[in-house]
Amino acid sequence: MSNSFLIILGIITPLFAALFSYVCRYNNNLRDSFGIIGGLFTFLVSLKIFHGIQNNEIFQITFFTLFDGVDFTFKVTALGSIFSLVASSLWILASIYTIGYMRGAGEKNQTRFVIFYSIAIHAALAIAWSGNLLVLFIFYEILTFSTFPLVGHKQNAESQSAGRLYLSILVGTSLIFFLPAIFWIWLETGTLDFQDGGILINRFPAEYLSLLIAMLVFGIGKAAIMPIHRWLPAAMVAPTPVSALLHAVAVVKAGVFSFLVVIVYIVGPEFLLQTKSSDWLVWLACFTIMASSIIAITKDDLKARLAYSTISQLSYIILGAALASSLALKGASFHIITHALGKITLFFCAGAIYVTAHIKKVSELKGMGFKLPLIFFAYTLGALSIIGVPPFIGSWSKFYLIMGSIEREFIVVAIILGISSLLNIYYLLQPVVIGFTQTSRREVKLAKAPLTVWPPVITGLSCLIFFFYANYFLNNVSGVIVI
Amino acid sequence: MFNLFLDDAAALVVVLPLLISAIIAFMPSKIWPWIISLVTLVLHLVLSLNLLKEISISGLIIYEFGNWEPPWGISFKIDGVNIGLQLLFSIFALISTFYSRKIFLSEIDSRDSGKAYSLWLLAIGSLNGIILTNDIFNLFVFLEISALASISLIALGAGQNRKALLAAFNYLIIGAIGATFYVIGVGFAYAMTGTLNMNDLVIQLAQYSNGQLAIFAGMSFMLIGLMVKAAIFPVHIWLPPAYSYAPSAVSTLLAALATKTILYFFVRLLYEVFIIYPSYLSLFLDFVLYPLSLLAIFIGTLIAIYQDDIKKLLAFSSIAQIGYITLALSLKDHSGITSGFIHIFNHALIKGGLFMTVGYFAILQKDRVTLSSLKGFGYKYPITSFALLICGLSLIGLPLTNGFISKLYLFQALYTNQMYFSIALVAVSSALAVAYFWKIVEQMWFSEIKFKSEKEDAYIYLPILIITVSIIVFGIYSSPIIEFSNLSADYLISGYQN
Repeated sequence: MSNSFLIILGIITPLFAALFSYVCRYNNNLRDSFGIIGGLFTFLVSLKIFHGIQNNEIFQITFFTLFDGVDFTFKVTALGSIFSLVASSLWILASIYTIGYMRGAGEKNQTRFVIFYSIAIHAALAIAWSGNLLVLFIFYEILTFSTFPLVGHKQNAESQSAGRLYLSILVGTSLIFFLPAIFWIWLETGTLDFQDGGILINRFPAEYLSLLIAMLVFGIGKAAIMPIHRWLPAAMVAPTPVSALLHAVAVVKAGVFSFLVVIVYIVGPEFLLQTKSSDWLVWLACFTIMASSIIAITKDDLKARLAYSTISQLSYIILGAALASSLALKGASFHIITHALGKITLFFCAGAIYVTAHIKKVSELKGMGFKLPLIFFAYTLGALSIIGVPPFIGSWSKFYLIMGSIEREFIVVAIILGISSLLNIYYLLQPVVIGFTQTSRREVKLAKAPLTVWPPVITGLSCLIFFFYANYFLNNVSGVIVI
Repeated sequence: MFNLFLDDAAALVVVLPLLISAIIAFMPSKIWPWIISLVTLVLHLVLSLNLLKEISISGLIIYEFGNWEPPWGISFKIDGVNIGLQLLFSIFALISTFYSRKIFLSEIDSRDSGKAYSLWLLAIGSLNGIILTNDIFNLFVFLEISALASISLIALGAGQNRKALLAAFNYLIIGAIGATFYVIGVGFAYAMTGTLNMNDLVIQLAQYSNGQLAIFAGMSFMLIGLMVKAAIFPVHIWLPPAYSYAPSAVSTLLAALATKTILYFFVRLLYEVFIIYPSYLSLFLDFVLYPLSLLAIFIGTLIAIYQDDIKKLLAFSSIAQIGYITLALSLKDHSGITSGFIHIFNHALIKGGLFMTVGYFAILQKDRVTLSSLKGFGYKYPITSFALLICGLSLIGLPLTNGFISKLYLFQALYTNQMYFSIALVAVSSALAVAYFWKIVEQMWFSEIKFKSEKEDAYIYLPILIITVSIIVFGIYSSPIIEFSNLSADYLISGYQN
């Protein structure tokens, strides 16, 4: 099978999944099975591409020219192969989980839900494999628009205003900052292609690089750096499968992935290290990490707490990109995988707790640990991975990030990362502690929803297992970032 | 015989609609006026294509009426500047005429069908005259014919809503003031130079190389008059009520073509005639047109956000979009004029498409289209709603639509002129456009009310789909529009004179 065909196959499969779900909308089981089948299919394609990238194969396909120097083209970069692998593999589990959750919670409009869910995955894969910045931008917008119906799924006043906030921040920032930044790069260099080592060096005025970086980091609102983070907690009104796959993996990772891609393949780490134009961003990322951790502590709603934890973790990746040293970039790229695995576990658990026990708040979890042992087990695994405790996969990325900050002689940053881990321990493990130590007299009726229980157990265990196989991913990560 | 017909193509594109308009005025039939208009516009398109063929060979056509040589006789001029616009005009007039039948049938008294198409062709012919004429007084004549025809067409909306009469009257008064300003300016110019022909005017004006107060006064009068007619902020106030209370087919025609043709002449006057006073020109462009364009973009967009009536919303968005065009045209260089012309083409398509879809909605629900009345339309009328979505995304300027190409070239032009403040403003206002457009989308697809889909009228959605497809095609394969615009800019910038 030719390489370019693989790309088309991977990108188009989710669309077909959406189409078939629509066609089979009157048969619920058949309709929902297409998510799993599509997930398996795209996962296989992503895996093949991932291995192909390891073997230095080239995956590229060009459709047509949009304007001078910019084609509508897909080209898989090493970073993209990682992101697509994460998104597609978790899509399988999320589809299974979705079936359990949506039926367990009795949500309406399930057909519309699965259709837009698949379209969002399509956009995420296309972002991962886009060959230049404009194609990335196109699918970045499609991702925003396709997740809007998911955020506003409940169609009540709360979800409507959340949906508006979501859309206005994401589309607004992308049109005000991101697109002009793309134009600017194009006007200065005449191209937008992703190239190893970047395209800006010697072509872009170094004195304006800080401004460009600012336009990019604030324009890519999906990366949720403060003060452009409000949409993420607002989006938590969506059903949990959305929060799990999209707002812990596909959407937010598309954001940080875009930023990372811009740093690695457009600006070029070398150029950044020379000009030190992103050093200010290091401090903003540190601020976001600390501030959102502190806000997370104050949140009693489990999903809101996880949302602020996500904001904090996303800034780890921005931090790594801003440091731009090879170790930091390695850590940042790897953090895309590790955080995705850990956070989807936590969200799966939060949703499972809601479906089985109808509990949303941390303070109401008293005594639940004994009643829902599997869910709490999975939750603990995920939380430990995000905290960065060995032997969980999350420890690798944190390790590389700390090493990267020491490499750049930002000792304070290393200390902040340490403090942030301590805060993580507090706010992520508190639900577990409450669940197992305190007892409640309240009778809780438990509903059965096995499909929501097993996916988090699988992802939680994989946080543990992949610790030992981290090199499998790290090969791809370090293969690209040559400085 | 047919060759004879083609020989006078330059005159016939204007004269033919005007002649036919007189013939069908008193036809009692419901359908014949439409058929005759349609045939006329097919012929019109053939003529325009023939003009394109001739231009690609010779580069310039000067058509002298009655073989009176300029500067004494009236002449039409077709060259690289206006041939692209002529084609767009011809094609769009045909499409919107095809679209108009069902709309007119339900929005106006069927006995008025003949009158309506008579006025319709009158407006098309005279607006086409504005594109072709090479004579500043002849322009005034066409301005007045087109204004009177459009005013009567707008007033036909009175059957739906009495406010149409007020809107038409408003347009009449303000338009007359604009036209008066223009003709006073022409008077000054004629008094000083003794000529009305534009090419001759350039030669005559060159004598007063230091400029004369009377000439400057005349030029200012002409420009202000045209600004009123082109609805450039802040003399745009006639436009929103006129567009929103006119019958929907009329709104489509006017929004897509009327202001565009006048803008074209405005540019032509600036860059072909007034260019011989560079200091005056840059004074006008830098201190009048440029700031007004920025205000138009910002204020037009802001007002549009707060509109509940969709046709009004689109009209205010037009004010902002005209602001984009004039912003680009005020840049005084090749990139600016190119991007201005690109947006003239693209915006004609986008706004034409939007008014078509909204017009269809209006006759479907037999009431004015407001935000709340659109609830669930996305499911009820999927084809038309989808077309509206595409047009709207293009209005925002997302990639793969022609609106993006406009934005790209506008940014490029502003960037080469180092106008970073304007870039920021354009970026912000395009993001604000999301606000008003998304309100519509939210109502159409994400409201509680659900409908089963209903059958849509192919006579109406076909033209809409043609526009929608062309929006996407020109977003991907943008070179025809860019090349025509480049050609216009080449001719204007080189100070092409003949």
